[in-house]
Amino acid sequence: MTEVSKINEKTIVRRFLLLGFMVLAVLTLSLFVGRYPEPYWMPPSYLWRDELAQRLVLYLRLPRILTAFIMGMSLGAAGTVLQMIFRNPLVSPGFLGVSQGAAFGAALSIIYLGRSPLIVEASATFFAFSGLIISYLLARNIRYGKWILRLILAGIATSALFSSGVGVLKYLADPLSELPEIVFWLLGGLWSVTWRDLLYILPVVLVALGVLFLMRWRINLLSLRDETAFSLGVAPSRERALVLVAAVAATAVVVAVAGVVGWIGLIVPHIARWVVGPDARRALPASMLIGGTFALLCDNLARTLLAGEIPLGILTSLAGALIFVWVFLSDHRWVRR
Amino acid sequence: MNHQVIISLEGLHFSYSTLSPPVLKDLSLEIPAGAVTAILGPNGSGKTTLLFILLGMLSPQKGEILIDGVDQKGLPRSERSRLMGLVPEDEHVPFDFSILEYVLLGRAPHLGLLELPKERDYQVAMEALDRAGLTALADRSIPSLSGGERQLAKVARALAQSPRVLLFDEPTAHLDLNNKGRVLDMIRSMADDGVAVVMTTHDPNAATVVADHVVLLRAGQTVATGPVDAVLNSENLSQTYGLSVEVTSVRGRPVVLPW
Repeated sequence: MTEVSKINEKTIVRRFLLLGFMVLAVLTLSLFVGRYPEPYWMPPSYLWRDELAQRLVLYLRLPRILTAFIMGMSLGAAGTVLQMIFRNPLVSPGFLGVSQGAAFGAALSIIYLGRSPLIVEASATFFAFSGLIISYLLARNIRYGKWILRLILAGIATSALFSSGVGVLKYLADPLSELPEIVFWLLGGLWSVTWRDLLYILPVVLVALGVLFLMRWRINLLSLRDETAFSLGVAPSRERALVLVAAVAATAVVVAVAGVVGWIGLIVPHIARWVVGPDARRALPASMLIGGTFALLCDNLARTLLAGEIPLGILTSLAGALIFVWVFLSDHRWVRR
Repeated sequence: MNHQVIISLEGLHFSYSTLSPPVLKDLSLEIPAGAVTAILGPNGSGKTTLLFILLGMLSPQKGEILIDGVDQKGLPRSERSRLMGLVPEDEHVPFDFSILEYVLLGRAPHLGLLELPKERDYQVAMEALDRAGLTALADRSIPSLSGGERQLAKVARALAQSPRVLLFDEPTAHLDLNNKGRVLDMIRSMADDGVAVVMTTHDPNAATVVADHVVLLRAGQTVATGPVDAVLNSENLSQTYGLSVEVTSVRGRPVVLPW
């Protein structure tokens, strides 16, 4: 390695240490943030002298904190991977009909199938995967353009289909009971999360993110054009399909539990690349850490700021957009060049 | 010159779909190792298609491709990628990889599906950068390079692959005289190291500088093939490009001028 590269390597190690420290700090502090015993902060001593505080932390805060973190990890990683394999920095993980599919499934369930979280989640998951499958089949049969363009067009069409379906369902919903619930779900949130939800998403997320993490260097090759990737021994369509399914599966289960939480999957990959560079060996783990932290901070605000819950999707969009603008306008000290 | 043949093409026939007219018609060729073979022809004559068939990305409807005398159909993808590299004409990299990271991607054929590049791969990549004269730029990002440097980075990436056959699609397109010279020098030195170089080009004068063998292609068929001196004459070139072409000599090197 050159001298310059070694210096670079050191900087990146230092940044990862910083990220790791940030993750641990935010995860720990999140346990003590909330509205019990009084708004915003619970002194740690409550953990060993107050039984209600113990139960609250163990059964409500801990699963919610972990779910928020895992949600952010999944969306950040999926966004990074999809932007790379589509060679397009504007792609976000829900675009292949997944987010709108989940929204449709949830709305359908709230009106017709039952409002218990388990049924809503199952229905949302089912339609999220349906969205992916429909997009994929559609893309295979479109007789126009190249693979990437076909998938993007198919994703747009499928999303439009499901979002018009959501519109119809909102129109049909009882405006006093069902409609508010649908709207609240569509804004995204983790207020109902329990250990059960965490166990529901964990297997899929672990397998999917595991596959992506192991393939992290290979994903770089998938961001090259087909002929170059082919000349380097890659099976471009097959390997892209594999990482696509892994990324979207993680997104689908997360969206089914958390609702449509926007912006994380779009903005986090950019921040990760700004911090550690575009090589997926580093950008992928960095986007997991940054995505998890970002989601967790937003969710902490969502459950703490007001007496009532603020929908998470609102906060992620607001914070995401602000960070985006701030980073674009700042002097790019963090940008690796 | 007496070079060993590494690839031979026999009676190739190719069209992109059953409805479209054939791009290559009954094409036979031999590619020697340790030499530069230039495929010359007008736009649309099938040069790039031929290159992609050599690469194995397109399969001909008829004919066979023998690599070291063995039919390439049986060649696994990983083995093929260790044998043959590609420097495409235009390679837009949408993210700002550093040159080193980019050149390192050339090591993929030598690594397993889940393997990460190791110290040895870094060494090979640095050697490739050194040969391309890009060592000082190793940490610059690809989009910040000039067109000529980017072309050299592509060559270094293919070089890190350590292939025995290297395919170039229009290696000198859009380059100024100096960069053209640097790229052609690299091509020459690789051929001298024993690599079989195949390059397509519109520019007959790039071929006269670097090529040992020339294939003149017109509408999917060869007009002539053979050593540069024997093939690059005004009669053959006029027939290839469909206009009158003059070949003169400046200081012993043929120079091609449309007339």
